Amino acid sequence: MPSPKRIGKIEFGLLSPKEIRTMSVRKIIWADTYDDDGFPYPQGLMDLNLGVIDPGLRCKTCDQKASDCPGHFGHIELAKPVIHVGYTRLIRKLLRVTCRSCSRLLLSPEEIEKVVGTEDDLTGDVLSEKDIKKERVCPYCGEQQLKINFEKPTTFSEIIIEDGKKIEHKLTPADIRARLEKIPDEDLRHLGINPDVARPEWTVLTVLPVPPVTMRPSIILENGQRSEDDLTHKLVDIIRINQRFKENQDAGAPQLIIEDLWELLQYHVTTYLDNEVAGCPPARHRSGRPLKTLSQRLKGKDGRFRGSLSGKRVNFSARTVISPDPNLSVMEVGIPLAVANEMTLPVTVTPYNIEELRQMVRNGPVRRSLSQPCGANYVIRPDKRRMRLAEGNLETVAEMLEPGWVVERQIRDGDIVLFNRQPSLHRMSIMAHRVKVMDGRTFRLNPAVCPPYNADFDGDEMNLHIPQTEEARAEAAILVAVEENILSPRFGGPIIGGIHDHVSGIFMLTNQLKWHTKQEALYLLKNIEIEHLPPPGMVKDGVPYWSNKQIFSIVLPKELNMVFRASSCQNCETCKRQECDRDAYVRIIDGNLESGTIDKKAIGAFDGQIVNRIIRQYGMKRAADFIDDITHLAIRAIMMNGFSFGIDDEDLSKTEYGQIEEVLRNAITDVQRRIRIYEDGQLEAMPGRTPEETLEMQIMQVLGKARDRTGEIAGRHLGLGNSAVVMAVSGARGSMLNLTQMAGCVGQQSVRGERIMRGYDDRTLPHFRKGDRGAAAHGFISHSYKSGLNPTEFFFHAIGGREGLVDTAVRTSQSGYLQRRMINALQDLKVAYDGTVRTTGGRIIQFCYGEDGTDPMKSSFGDPVDVKGIVESILKEEV
Amino acid sequence: MSIKLNVLEHIMVPDHKIMSEEEIQHLYSLYHITSEQLPKIYHDDPAVKAIGAKVGDVIRIIRTSHTAGRAESFRLVVKRPKK
Repeated sequence: MPSPKRIGKIEFGLLSPKEIRTMSVRKIIWADTYDDDGFPYPQGLMDLNLGVIDPGLRCKTCDQKASDCPGHFGHIELAKPVIHVGYTRLIRKLLRVTCRSCSRLLLSPEEIEKVVGTEDDLTGDVLSEKDIKKERVCPYCGEQQLKINFEKPTTFSEIIIEDGKKIEHKLTPADIRARLEKIPDEDLRHLGINPDVARPEWTVLTVLPVPPVTMRPSIILENGQRSEDDLTHKLVDIIRINQRFKENQDAGAPQLIIEDLWELLQYHVTTYLDNEVAGCPPARHRSGRPLKTLSQRLKGKDGRFRGSLSGKRVNFSARTVISPDPNLSVMEVGIPLAVANEMTLPVTVTPYNIEELRQMVRNGPVRRSLSQPCGANYVIRPDKRRMRLAEGNLETVAEMLEPGWVVERQIRDGDIVLFNRQPSLHRMSIMAHRVKVMDGRTFRLNPAVCPPYNADFDGDEMNLHIPQTEEARAEAAILVAVEENILSPRFGGPIIGGIHDHVSGIFMLTNQLKWHTKQEALYLLKNIEIEHLPPPGMVKDGVPYWSNKQIFSIVLPKELNMVFRASSCQNCETCKRQECDRDAYVRIIDGNLESGTIDKKAIGAFDGQIVNRIIRQYGMKRAADFIDDITHLAIRAIMMNGFSFGIDDEDLSKTEYGQIEEVLRNAITDVQRRIRIYEDGQLEAMPGRTPEETLEMQIMQVLGKARDRTGEIAGRHLGLGNSAVVMAVSGARGSMLNLTQMAGCVGQQSVRGERIMRGYDDRTLPHFRKGDRGAAAHGFISHSYKSGLNPTEFFFHAIGGREGLVDTAVRTSQSGYLQRRMINALQDLKVAYDGTVRTTGGRIIQFCYGEDGTDPMKSSFGDPVDVKGIVESILKEEV
Repeated sequence: MSIKLNVLEHIMVPDHKIMSEEEIQHLYSLYHITSEQLPKIYHDDPAVKAIGAKVGDVIRIIRTSHTAGRAESFRLVVKRPKK
């Protein structure tokens, strides 16, 4: 391998007219492409000297066939010079820093020395526009300088002040070119321009290169018509105008017409180079679509750089819709048989596996059912020749097989594959799963691995990749496997855990002490591998009973000790611990759930305290098994009673409706009272606020409290028998606020944290009086979603809802770009063996990774060691 | 008001010190680096000005860290390039 080289410098230069003519193989003068026979015109845009795209023809320059000829440049001689849009800023700068008559830098040698330094002691700085004072006199020829005005896209003019009036004098590209030509080489060096490779006058084009036909091929449509590339279209325009310009010039046309044509030529050259310049209407195709010209080919996401050069495409990958399967392990992924039949991995034939592989070859490329063993799609001979296996050749190929050959066998259960969902924002967006070939047409995954992928099943698609080498498979199993990525390096806690029904189910199973018969216990434990039930916790009338906590404890490791508070904990002032009314005090002693409810805090993704502890104590593999067990148990638990939510779950009784109405009535009269105080000028403003702001705050507060009160009233009626309450309390989904809005009162709608104030003529809607400051007039919704909103409320709700949508839309695009920039800056950094963080060039970024050298994945929610957890697990009590 | 703020006394500013030639040589051999590979700090950085370091000096910065307790970093003083 060649040793790495350091880049000394990069030189950026311009193409000189001379160079353009030298590299050109043909002067192009005709705007036409093909004649009636479909043969290219000589000296036309498709001239055979520029390369060939039609098969059968030979390039006139290199005499090669279409597939081998790389194409060659031609050129167009422009009638008059035009400005290159890409260099307008440079031209503006140069015009402003040089003299209008002698074209020398508008600085005396002493002034230059101040910035650039003396010849022996160069500062390395270059002159900029700022170093030159405005409208001064040339230190060399004494000429008074004029202000140079630049108008987008390509117009330059001088401003002459005559009798106090400003007169603009337009500079033609020819004038500009003449000025640039006169700038001495030495002055250009001071400006940071190397005149050997980039004379400034080359930014004003006198001759235009015509790209080879190979980079603007015409396509033949189905109806036999030729359709030219956008670049060809643009070049046609340029040649036509150029031709007309020349004719008019030779005929001695009036100055006005010449100027018009000049401008037109400038427009066409400008849009040829860049069709998205500010202040210039984009050139359009006949259909009205803007043309994709040179700059558009390079720029942006689908441009040459990001789209073609950095973009990677792969083989051995699959993509389809995902759907859930709670019976799978989190470490598995279900793959449709149709996909499994197409996807292969290479196995080298050895004396040890030759019979096995022969059988696979005999099985052939079609696996008809899940029970059939996997086959093979290709064999590769030692001479790298690939043979496709088909119905006819299976037996012969199987006999030919010898050590050294490679068989591409189909994937089967247990193979390791990479699974990915875009956007791949963190490393858990790609994880390695074990294959489980299944029926159907979708990829199946355990819902517990949704959080790291941020996946749901509303139509999401995911990608699958098959590692093709032994090293890749080993790396996938050791580093990328799901069971190695349960902990997130973002906060050092588990990111995989129970979601939705898992949390609701385990909550309903473990909340309060309940007793189950043997039948029930076995129903719950059906999907968990246990040899026999533990001894019953209670025998009543000769019937054995197992407690719900006992059943849960079966899936816990035997030596687990921990104490924590569940999601349902209300943070009461004095904690009653074991005697908690809500059963929120979780105590696990020696692998037995002594008290408390298991919910989101214990097993949920992002929180999962028990999962976290198992990882620390027993490792990731045990934790993955635990997650499998707990999800299976939870699904059985939720199935035991069923779990659903309907419209009548939001019903309250008459007393509650009366109370809610009273609370809201009182709040609205309170608001009116406060408005009256304000209008009487009696309202005392809070420090730093106007009386108006004070009133607004008070109103928001009163109405906010009123809504919360309705929530409390509704909550009193809806107990744990209500599914929404179970979900909110266990942390599975939703909150008590959502329930308040459904059953109680939706509450104040806001825009930017304030009541809705928009509208015309001192009111939000014509349904209210002008100047009305009341609750309803500014977006307070006193109805619930159940009772239904009235028209004005509905309108305010739409206003408030829109803000949320706009926020998310803006946030995702902004954070996406932020992430892209950050990744681009950090992608090549790595931790060296001495613990330092270095760039590929060996430059140190950090002397010790993260200043402390700890792996954030193995840290504990920001701390290097979870001291409290360790102490608690040894003392077996809360500290 | 002629009392000049000393940035080094501010609670948020970590300890900056100019390193001696031997210390620098030790640093280079410890990490197997040349001065090129050190992180940089501009000569007009307020803390650099406060300790009077010149272009070419190496500065030791000692920060207190929540997780590591004490974290050392080294920076080479360079001239701020003109925009």
